[in-house]
Amino acid sequence: MNKKLAVLLSFGLLLLLGGCNLPIVIDSKGTIGEQEVRLVRDALLLMLIVVVPVIIMTVVFAWKYRASNKRAHYAPNFHHSNVIEAAVWFIPIIIILVLATITWRTTHELDPYKPLEVSNANPPITIEAVALDWKWLFIYPEQNIATVNLVEFPVNTPVNFKITADAPMNAFQIPQLGGQIYAMAGMQTKLHLISESTGDYFGRAVNFSGAGFSGMQFTARVATQEEFDKWVASVKALPDTLNNDEYKKLVEPSENNPVKTYGNIVPHIFQNIIAKFMMPGMDNLDEDHSNMEMK
Amino acid sequence: MNILGKLDWNAIPVNELPAMLAGGVMVGGFIALVLLITFLKKWTWLWTEWITTVDHKKIGVMYIIVAIVMLLRGFGDALLMRTQQAISVGANQGFLPPHHYDQIFTAHGVIMIFFMAMPFVVGLMNIVVPLQIGARDVAFPFLNSLSFWLFVVGVVLVMLCLVVGEFGQTGWLAYPPLSEKQYSPGVGVDYYIWALQISGIGTLLSGINFFVTILKMRCPGMTLFKMPVFVWTALCANILIIIAFPVLTVTLGMLALDRYLDFHFFTNDFGGNPMMYINMIWIWGHPEVYILVLPAFGIFSEIFSTYSHKRLFGYTTMVWATFAITILAFVVWLHHFFTMGAGANVNAFFGIATMIISIPTGVKMFNWLFTMYRGKIVFSAPMHWSIGFLITFAIGGMTGVLLAVPGADFLLHNSLFLIAHFHNVIIGGVFFGYTAGMVYWFPKAFGFKLNEKIGIAAFWCWIVGFYIAFMPLYVLGFMGATRRLSHYDYSTGWHPYFVVALVGAVIIFIGINLQLLQVVWSIFTRKKNLDLTGDPWNGRTLEWDTASPPPFYNFAHVPHVNSLEPHWDNKQYLLKYPEKKNEHRPYEDIHMPRYTGVGFVIALFAFTFSFGMIWDIWWLAIASAVVMFGGVVYRSFDYDIDYYVTKEEVEKIETEISNRNLA
Amino acid sequence: MTTQVLDSHDHHDHDAEASAKVVFGFWVYILSDCILFSMIFATYAVLHNNTYGGPGAHELFTNMPYVLIETFILLTSSFTYGLAMLGAHKGNKNQLLIWLFVTFILGVSFICMELNEFHNLISEGNGPQRSAFLSSFFTLVGTHGLHVTCGLIWMILLILQVSKHGITSITTRKLTCLSLFWHFLDIVWIFVFTIVYLMGAM
Repeated sequence: MNKKLAVLLSFGLLLLLGGCNLPIVIDSKGTIGEQEVRLVRDALLLMLIVVVPVIIMTVVFAWKYRASNKRAHYAPNFHHSNVIEAAVWFIPIIIILVLATITWRTTHELDPYKPLEVSNANPPITIEAVALDWKWLFIYPEQNIATVNLVEFPVNTPVNFKITADAPMNAFQIPQLGGQIYAMAGMQTKLHLISESTGDYFGRAVNFSGAGFSGMQFTARVATQEEFDKWVASVKALPDTLNNDEYKKLVEPSENNPVKTYGNIVPHIFQNIIAKFMMPGMDNLDEDHSNMEMK
Repeated sequence: MNILGKLDWNAIPVNELPAMLAGGVMVGGFIALVLLITFLKKWTWLWTEWITTVDHKKIGVMYIIVAIVMLLRGFGDALLMRTQQAISVGANQGFLPPHHYDQIFTAHGVIMIFFMAMPFVVGLMNIVVPLQIGARDVAFPFLNSLSFWLFVVGVVLVMLCLVVGEFGQTGWLAYPPLSEKQYSPGVGVDYYIWALQISGIGTLLSGINFFVTILKMRCPGMTLFKMPVFVWTALCANILIIIAFPVLTVTLGMLALDRYLDFHFFTNDFGGNPMMYINMIWIWGHPEVYILVLPAFGIFSEIFSTYSHKRLFGYTTMVWATFAITILAFVVWLHHFFTMGAGANVNAFFGIATMIISIPTGVKMFNWLFTMYRGKIVFSAPMHWSIGFLITFAIGGMTGVLLAVPGADFLLHNSLFLIAHFHNVIIGGVFFGYTAGMVYWFPKAFGFKLNEKIGIAAFWCWIVGFYIAFMPLYVLGFMGATRRLSHYDYSTGWHPYFVVALVGAVIIFIGINLQLLQVVWSIFTRKKNLDLTGDPWNGRTLEWDTASPPPFYNFAHVPHVNSLEPHWDNKQYLLKYPEKKNEHRPYEDIHMPRYTGVGFVIALFAFTFSFGMIWDIWWLAIASAVVMFGGVVYRSFDYDIDYYVTKEEVEKIETEISNRNLA
Repeated sequence: MTTQVLDSHDHHDHDAEASAKVVFGFWVYILSDCILFSMIFATYAVLHNNTYGGPGAHELFTNMPYVLIETFILLTSSFTYGLAMLGAHKGNKNQLLIWLFVTFILGVSFICMELNEFHNLISEGNGPQRSAFLSSFFTLVGTHGLHVTCGLIWMILLILQVSKHGITSITTRKLTCLSLFWHFLDIVWIFVFTIVYLMGAM
């Protein structure tokens, strides 16, 4: 009974990967996510070549050689066979060889630090993300604006995320766009994503960071270029500036934060947030420390 | 300055109902136990027979009893978590606020790994390894007792934090900077540090002890390649302990220095490097996984062979596969954090190294299959667990290799897919293995068998409950559900899956209760299940060669071995030459270690030391450290640590055993 | 349980076997201690540039003669321990005790010099709280110092035991273990000296 269940369930997982559109990780909206989902599927199929026979053999052997089956051949001293031993080493080695080749290739292709090369895409945009207790701050250095718990970017445009933290270590993920990378204080990590269709996607902090962790989520809004430009213009019209004083208020722990936008930012604030951890006396973000060497 | 440091009445969490309920049950149970022992006038017996014992069999039994108690605590935590996640959706915040929920998942992980799985396996090694190699005890019996009691200190600390103070709210590996004073100012992480540090030192001592035991104390004739597979896996697990546990000691020590003396190893500022902690804790943590699972592989090897009534298929391959896993265990730690940004070459290397482990593991699975092939399989309770393991572990191994592909890991890391994967291998591999081993060797330790029917019923609850509880978690992982969430929104679509998972957990709960019933029932009906032969399963290795339970010196005559399955071969020989059965060699004096309470006393003060450190009661910490040190000095000056059992005494005991078994 | 006084013949047999086990077990312990030190060395290697604006190894470890004397003292103590062991093997209790005592004095001098160095650093504001580099420096050198201190206490206990029981198989076994420990600490110090002081000053 349990054996059948197991087989059914492992196939059930595969079916989910196939087409059903409910599970959001599977329903990818960008090339990185699509490639990763394809990789998951291929790797699983490859391994099922061994796993399914193992499960079938377990059931068949256990049943056939039960003590009460008098017709089964009993060989109490059968404990070695060169053919079987060769096969049980050889088959897993071949599969792992294939999988290792795929792994080597895809790990380089899907390296989160690698800038995307997508034909027909718009020029890339840079967004800087900071994990705080317990909200995400997004800084647009090119547009000179900042947002909290909302990140908007144009469709078909490679996004270069630069990520750090001013809080316990965290991890940044928009599941439907694929990829994930840690956010760590005093350091910068990178993630390159792209979305091929517009819409609101769910984004989260995925590395546990304390009491407000569950509510540390954001919306990733993918808009057309016109909508995005309009949105940037509307944000720029706002009076709030993200400067040292505002940031000190923002960095205080708070939970389930609503979306917030800043129409202006002090220059190099992202670099200053990183630099703050490298030397004493660099706490004032209004002063420019961006010439500090990046770790 | 307060004489009790930070400790005051506020430390008792009277406002937290679940903690108080659990604490109440614990304190009530403890008081009931004390009263019961007093009423039965068993204190002297407890002290002379158990607390001061250096007998590996008794120490093993105590390890497993503690493991089962901690299984109940850890599973209680699991039920609370499953319930919280099944109800805290949308407007409902559930019944556990983050402060409490975070302690529960931290405690669940810590308890299940350090205080359930570890003592379970060390207990099984204690009971079985010396018997299987024909030894009279372990190499350092006093150290064994000290190890056990140091481990108990860790247990007492994680239980005590229920009623005095709090536990860490950091996840089971206490990643900094979250676990640093800046973000976790309470005593929770300090409880964590000292519970793990003290019990970890106990484990390291055990590792050295068993390594020396296996290499130096095998009976004449037992060459390395005549050792049972369980002994091989125990040897490899202890090699892993010796190499990995010092790393844990250093890592926790540095975290303690950060928290207590304001050092800056892992802080965000002052040049600290939290990534280093994550590397170091996994350099310990990954081998730890194999410390747990290798002995389980050994147990399955014994069980498949015994109940198939066949020699183990591919013994030599098994040994080399075990060795390969042991070595590879040290070059894969980075796969726990591909998302740290280490670059494609590094990630690919560690990913592929991880996959390579699946080759020897796969070979082992095939060897077990071919052990069943052309056998005469008896579907006993241990065999049920073993067959359940083969299927479950195949699936868990597959999802593990999937997570070893960095590209796939970027999608699934930190999600419930990961949780489903490691429960898949730890429940399906480690726990099934230990349970099978417990049922298998129970008659050896106690002289009577466990009830088969209840045991098999418990197995079915476990395996059905497991699939219902964890298959939804795989799906949830694909739906983007992150681990350690105490609340989520309806729009995620996760809710139904969490409800199903809760149902599975309840079924497992029934299984655990059936296991308890199995033990209690078997104790009450033991007259019907007595094992008078010492060999209830028609076994093959040396432990079945002596009585059940064995006399305290294990073997009246040191066995001489010239094959892989000495007991089986001996039985065949006696079938051929039945007249040899009644031949008796003369008995000899047996050299044995004396019981001692020093280990217990040192551990007692290790506890007061930790308690003082946790609550900043410095005088208590210093005084306890002095007494602990005094205990070591006392032991060093004690030259009267062993004695001889005379041959007359041995003869008397052996006659009693054979009379008992004839009666 | 009947017990009897051990006769000397059995005693001897058993002791030889027990000694082999204990010394082997102690080797294994040293192996695990090696790993402990290697992790601390690795930590130092990772953190030694993380000075957080404070002084680095180059500025702090300039008094090379002082460290050389420290090193010389510790190396000599290994030599004198060797002389003590020669005494033990010859059955010369006095030679054993005198050289053990000399070793002890050298060890104490080493620890005092190290404490003095720590004191100077801390009083100049360069304590372990100053930066991750100094945290790792104090931990590395301090862990070695703590080991030496434990070795010294152990040495006192053995001096007492040898005075009381003489040179027996048990005291010889204990002396052998301590000798392994002491030489091991010497080797660790060579690495500390090279990696922390020499490479720091360069």
